[in-house]
Amino acid sequence: MKLLYFAWVRERVGRAEDEVSPPAGVGTVAELIEWLRGRGPEYAHAFEAGPAIRAAVDRRHARPDASVAGAREVAFFPPMTGG
Amino acid sequence: MAVRLQEEPFDLGDEVARLTLGRTDAGAVVTFSGICRDRADSGERLVALTLEHYPGMTEEELRRIEAEARGRWALADSLVLHRHGRILPGEPIVLVVTLAAHRKAAFEAAEFLMDYLKTSAPFWKREETAGGGSWVAAKGSDDAAAERWKA
Repeated sequence: MKLLYFAWVRERVGRAEDEVSPPAGVGTVAELIEWLRGRGPEYAHAFEAGPAIRAAVDRRHARPDASVAGAREVAFFPPMTGG
Repeated sequence: MAVRLQEEPFDLGDEVARLTLGRTDAGAVVTFSGICRDRADSGERLVALTLEHYPGMTEEELRRIEAEARGRWALADSLVLHRHGRILPGEPIVLVVTLAAHRKAAFEAAEFLMDYLKTSAPFWKREETAGGGSWVAAKGSDDAAAERWKA
């Protein structure tokens, strides 16, 4: 599974993307975030904002309870500020 | 019906001229353009904005928003154009153009497109000031503006 990070989430993690294979118990966006927080201090820092972080699964906005099973690409980012 | 992403500035007049050329069915053309101001949210003088986006999803999301607008209003045509990269004060950031037979649909669709774009198109603004830089925080008023279309 490819992970992408944008804006300050990317800056805090220290890279724009990761390739990961989460364990079987990780089935939702929220569970994926929880698992990532344990990967190191930079992830813990990036994801400490919890619900303020938005996610997209395969390029569609996804809520915390959305499934990541079979997802090719999951992105994490702050609330959007375009326009 | 088109969605465009580009780094370079655009000309409002050229874009409208291209959309309306040869058309006789659209009695109303509404344009909204967002311009980079010279003040950061903190009140400091802004040197530049840098727009980051999610290549691939941005285009898909803008197309979804445009399709939603065209499902709600009878539009003759529409354009959503958004820049990314470094943008200087006074330069345009975003353009929405809607064409319809009458003004009501054109006005409403343009407002809907902007409200939805602000809360769901994956763009992030970073402000550059003399003192450094910081990411712009999302505004609750933008969420509220998008929410009212769901009623």
